[in-house]
Amino acid sequence: MEILMILTVGVLVTVATYMILTKSLLRVILGVVLLSHGAHLLFLTMANLKQGSPPLLGEEASSYADPLPQALILTAIVIGFGITAFMLVLAYRTYKAHGTDNFDELRGTEDE
Amino acid sequence: MNNLIILPILIPMLMGVILIFFKDSKTIQRVVSVISVGLMLLLSVYLSYIVYVDGIQTIELGDWPAPFGIVLVADLLSSSLVALSSLLALVCLFFAFQTFSAERERNYFHPFFLFLMVGVNGSFLTGDIFNLFVFFEVMLISSFILISMGSKKYQLRESLKYVIINTVSSMFFIIAIAYLYGVTGTLNMADLSVKISELEQTGVISVIAVVFLFVFGTKSAIFPLYYWLPHSYYAPPAAIAALFGGLLTKVGVYTLMRTYTLIFPHDPLVFQILLIVGGLTMFIGVLGAVSQFDFKRILAVHIVSQVGYMIMGIGIFTPLAIAGTFFFLAHNIIVKSALFLFAGVAEKITGTSHLKEMSGLLKTHPYFAWLFFIAAISLAGIPPLSGFFGKFALVVAGFEAGNYFVIAVSLATGVLTLFSMMKIFMTSFWGEVKFPDPQAKDKKVGKLLIPILPLVALTILLGVAAEPFMQFSLELAEQLMDPSEYINSVLKE
Repeated sequence: MEILMILTVGVLVTVATYMILTKSLLRVILGVVLLSHGAHLLFLTMANLKQGSPPLLGEEASSYADPLPQALILTAIVIGFGITAFMLVLAYRTYKAHGTDNFDELRGTEDE
Repeated sequence: MNNLIILPILIPMLMGVILIFFKDSKTIQRVVSVISVGLMLLLSVYLSYIVYVDGIQTIELGDWPAPFGIVLVADLLSSSLVALSSLLALVCLFFAFQTFSAERERNYFHPFFLFLMVGVNGSFLTGDIFNLFVFFEVMLISSFILISMGSKKYQLRESLKYVIINTVSSMFFIIAIAYLYGVTGTLNMADLSVKISELEQTGVISVIAVVFLFVFGTKSAIFPLYYWLPHSYYAPPAAIAALFGGLLTKVGVYTLMRTYTLIFPHDPLVFQILLIVGGLTMFIGVLGAVSQFDFKRILAVHIVSQVGYMIMGIGIFTPLAIAGTFFFLAHNIIVKSALFLFAGVAEKITGTSHLKEMSGLLKTHPYFAWLFFIAAISLAGIPPLSGFFGKFALVVAGFEAGNYFVIAVSLATGVLTLFSMMKIFMTSFWGEVKFPDPQAKDKKVGKLLIPILPLVALTILLGVAAEPFMQFSLELAEQLMDPSEYINSVLKE
């Protein structure tokens, strides 16, 4: 299972890197979103996948799964959600102001 | 257990939330933010005093014992940085009152200013590495909003790049924390320090340390990750640029100091990388500054080169070098923001920030010119001002450790810094009176200069009374280099 998870993370990060390196504004933002999914999945895998019964539900089990990674990832997802929303609005405003979504044309000139 | 530690985070957060409801009243906004930032300053100075007398203070949030719960830790480094950042916030706030349009203040400037301080103070005080990530994000989201507020064409474009680059590095922060948690199974920084020194496999720790270097390096603008900084710090108005230039990159430097002294002090490879990167950062940064002809942009590129000195200090890694790094950090927070505010004053007078379009400020506004001169030569490191002593300690430490090449680079950088500062002084302050705005001669800027005065006074004081401040920095450095006191006060062993 770990191998499968790590491969998924690899695919996500690869696609994210490709998209961040493209010149279209929206694709870059989607790339950042995919990168965050990759990071969260990696966190889940690094902290060991389920190895016992759910914590707090019973006292009988021989071992319990670690509940901390889920809590941390949830926090990170919420933060990522807020940033994505802000980024989309900012990208839209930039598109409206400059009339382009191509990063080559958003490079700026020397004499500003 | 000391409840005082949480107040520098709690006060601006609550006040910021309250201020959202009073967005139309300029008076309430101003009074409440001045009171809360002033209170923050008083409390943080008191906190630093307590830490200095009684040693490291901690608080366990929700009464969960460390390492299971989140702890806030105030040692000499974090408490004195909280005090400095509160002072800087107060200065920038007063400067903002006189330069900002009413519309900007109505559009939630004050709440986000306070939220930014929540993030900065939280990053300084937290003792948990995931909590550090959360406070970093609080700081970044507020800075995203402050930097794009106003929505000029240039500003939108540059803040978009700033947002994307910082978000990508935040994702790497999560990845680095994931690796660290996978290897050690803990997130408390004191506990991490203990667990990592017991680990035998150092290879994986080196990898994690380098990922952290990438993350914090992007935030603190080290070579080759600094390219976003000069453009984005040029965009916002002076009061915000001063706060960013003085604080945000320094939070990155603080986290580097904290993680490399506490968590990864065992790995010589990483310190080698830090030395090389530090040398490149300062030299390339100053070359950028030399080639520019815009007041604000010269200062923005200079941030990069000054960060290089601090990275070099961490890379040398002796108590004297860490003391010099702290001294230089404190000096830089003060002087860099003062210079940014001076650039704002010059822009207010002349209506431009391009050096070639203004000259003769010395004739029309002598007080402003001489105050700027003091701050500029302090940045370049002329004795008896504060910049000299920070650099002096770093250079001596470098000689003792035998890192001659980096020291040579840092001295050359010092000369070029002086050159670029004098370039500003000679082109825009000397010479015939010539401004694009014909009324510029009669503009009075006395009121604008008052908030900057404490910063200039402080750089003189830090220089003239360098002995006690250096003693303090050495004590601080010893506390950092020997993490056992930190660990004992957090884990209560």
